[in-house]
Amino acid sequence: MRASLFITCYNDTLFPETGRAVVTLLERLGVEVEFHPQQTCCGQMHANTGFRGEAFSLAKRLICMYGEAEAVVIPSSSCVAMIRDQYAGLVEELGDGALGRELETLLPRVYELSEFLVDRLGVEDVGAYFPHRVTYHASCHGLRALNLGNGPLRLLAKVRGLELAPLKNLDRCCGFGGTFAIKNGEVSSAMLTAKLQDVLATGSEYCTALDNSCLLHLGGALHRQFAGMKTIHMAEILASTQDAVAGHPGDGDLLPGAPVGSWR
Amino acid sequence: MAVSAAADRPILDPARARPFPEAALPVLRDPQLRKNVAHAIDVIQGKRARLVAEKADWQALRASASRIKDVALQNLGAYLEEFEARCTAAGGVVHWAADASEARRIILDVLRAEKATEVIKIKTMTSAEIELNPFLEAAGIRAHETDLAEIILQLGEGEPSHIVVPALHVNRSQVREIFARRMGIEDLPDDPEALTAAARRVLRAKFLSVPTAISGANFLIAETGSVVVVESEGNGRMCLTLPRTLITLAGIEKVLPRFRDLEVMLQVLARSATGERMNPYTSLWTGVTAGDGPERFHVVLLDNGRSGILARERERQTLRCIRCAACMNACPVYRQTGGHAYGSVYPGPIGAILTPQLQGLRHAQSLPYASSLCGACYEVCPVKINIPEVLIDLRAQVTDQERQRARRFFDPLYLGLRVAHLVFARAWLFHAAQCLGRVGLRPFTRKDGWIHALPGVGAKWTETRDLRGLPQQTFHAWWAERAKGAK
Repeated sequence: MRASLFITCYNDTLFPETGRAVVTLLERLGVEVEFHPQQTCCGQMHANTGFRGEAFSLAKRLICMYGEAEAVVIPSSSCVAMIRDQYAGLVEELGDGALGRELETLLPRVYELSEFLVDRLGVEDVGAYFPHRVTYHASCHGLRALNLGNGPLRLLAKVRGLELAPLKNLDRCCGFGGTFAIKNGEVSSAMLTAKLQDVLATGSEYCTALDNSCLLHLGGALHRQFAGMKTIHMAEILASTQDAVAGHPGDGDLLPGAPVGSWR
Repeated sequence: MAVSAAADRPILDPARARPFPEAALPVLRDPQLRKNVAHAIDVIQGKRARLVAEKADWQALRASASRIKDVALQNLGAYLEEFEARCTAAGGVVHWAADASEARRIILDVLRAEKATEVIKIKTMTSAEIELNPFLEAAGIRAHETDLAEIILQLGEGEPSHIVVPALHVNRSQVREIFARRMGIEDLPDDPEALTAAARRVLRAKFLSVPTAISGANFLIAETGSVVVVESEGNGRMCLTLPRTLITLAGIEKVLPRFRDLEVMLQVLARSATGERMNPYTSLWTGVTAGDGPERFHVVLLDNGRSGILARERERQTLRCIRCAACMNACPVYRQTGGHAYGSVYPGPIGAILTPQLQGLRHAQSLPYASSLCGACYEVCPVKINIPEVLIDLRAQVTDQERQRARRFFDPLYLGLRVAHLVFARAWLFHAAQCLGRVGLRPFTRKDGWIHALPGVGAKWTETRDLRGLPQQTFHAWWAERAKGAK
């Protein structure tokens, strides 16, 4: 089994540990992982902000890039939803028949990470060990666009040492929404506050999800408030074993700021 | 405790309303209003969820409802003419109004012919859309709302914030205050029975004395020429049966092809709107019947931008809406802001797509962006309107409009997205931009690697959230290093 990893632009830039964890996890399960070095972005930000031409050009780039891949694995549910729900419309409007046919052959080969594990590989117990209390945030795209169902929870249930804390109002958005968090920063923050109340009420050490964009949002507020809870992509939990807490060195991995960090 | 004094009365005219993010600000700081909204929608949502869950064939019902509306919309002209012919044959008078001003004039002409000085009204969002009440007031005709929520708003000089429960943002003690003050009742208790009884005393007098009424319509039936109004209180039934003259104002998208279509539509509407198996009052009538109900009956069919929506293939689904408000009850944005921030009588997700389109995208351009695209609206919509899809499409239209303007050309978000596209289109440039970002963000990054404050547009993030800084190594660099090591 070969899987081509589409890491996504923001994971490549901001969350490389998630990508490393996916590689560790898949290789442990006997999957041969490929990585196309020319990959960048699926175009979701452009499409959702109304830049259709730009979104199409990035969509076309991605479709052509993965023509040969046996399976494309993406550790970001919103990017998978972008490809599944929006590419066809963009190609129909701005592309041609040949590209449309290429897209048709690509779509069945595109997997969100948990889909790839549960549906394609048929595994739930990936041999992970993560001795912490964890709550799962079912990001909107995973929940409603991809219909991931309880696959992610079944994966977590098989992680040794992990205590799963159920999250109230699981279907409610955290308020990220891409450029929504900027264009409607105040409303987005109000939604975030409401979400955090539920997340913190679980008394967990970690909040996990299959989409780092929600976690960027939740994690940003948890950090601001010294809440004592961290966010972690599920790939990193699933990659962790008793011997190696793979791919999650925490903030030590971050580039430290200038020595006079508090110039303000 | 007093509700919205006239001075800070929300503006629900899209042409004058402030952009959504700005209009939402005062609400976000209003604990009473936010508590009222969250409480009310939690109650309705809970009831809806229970009643939808008990329907094993709910998804099939949604699919049928959506198909029925699609059939109606695909042949809208023919069905409207069929309705007109049947309604006319049954003694009704059908008027066609291209826009709000024509509809207002038609209604005023009918009322003038009746020598009316007062009119009683059933809750109708369409009349709010055409701003009928202030127009009639200026023409010397006093409109009396008879829906309990509308009475609260009319007496309290408030504006509707929801299309099914217009006074959802007002709680019981606020209602008590409005009624006591405006009806001049001392020692009015705040229990629902006492408040309803107070309204009833005022209403009964109007029902028995005012001979003209205005209603909206939930459905028009082409096959029979019938009109359908559903409601919970029975006050609508009074308005539909007691007066001598009845005027019904209906958007052209309200028509259903066949009488039997009601079987599906009434099921999905009641469960979605109020979480009831069947709404308490369903009034159906066809033209006029001698000795029974109104002697004269007029229907005003309103376009007001609807045929423009009909003409666009992807947006046409907007007109399937049966005004159940399930989308706003499910919406996490509406939950925080309530309805007034949308600057329109149609708030929430459906308002975010309907209002800008009714305005021909000349106003309300901020509304398509008033959503995190979480999809909760689409999931609950009984006629399967893919609201996120339409929102994204409208965003594209707004973007095409705005990027032509010099002001927008240099807007940081627009500039940023154009640059981002250039960068994402070339991997080497993407990698170079990542390096540049590491240098550029360094002064804003604290020792722990996190960013606490950014200037300019970035501040919209860091005002309330920290931003994880950049890691020491990108993923692709790690991969390249690993591949080299493996050789």
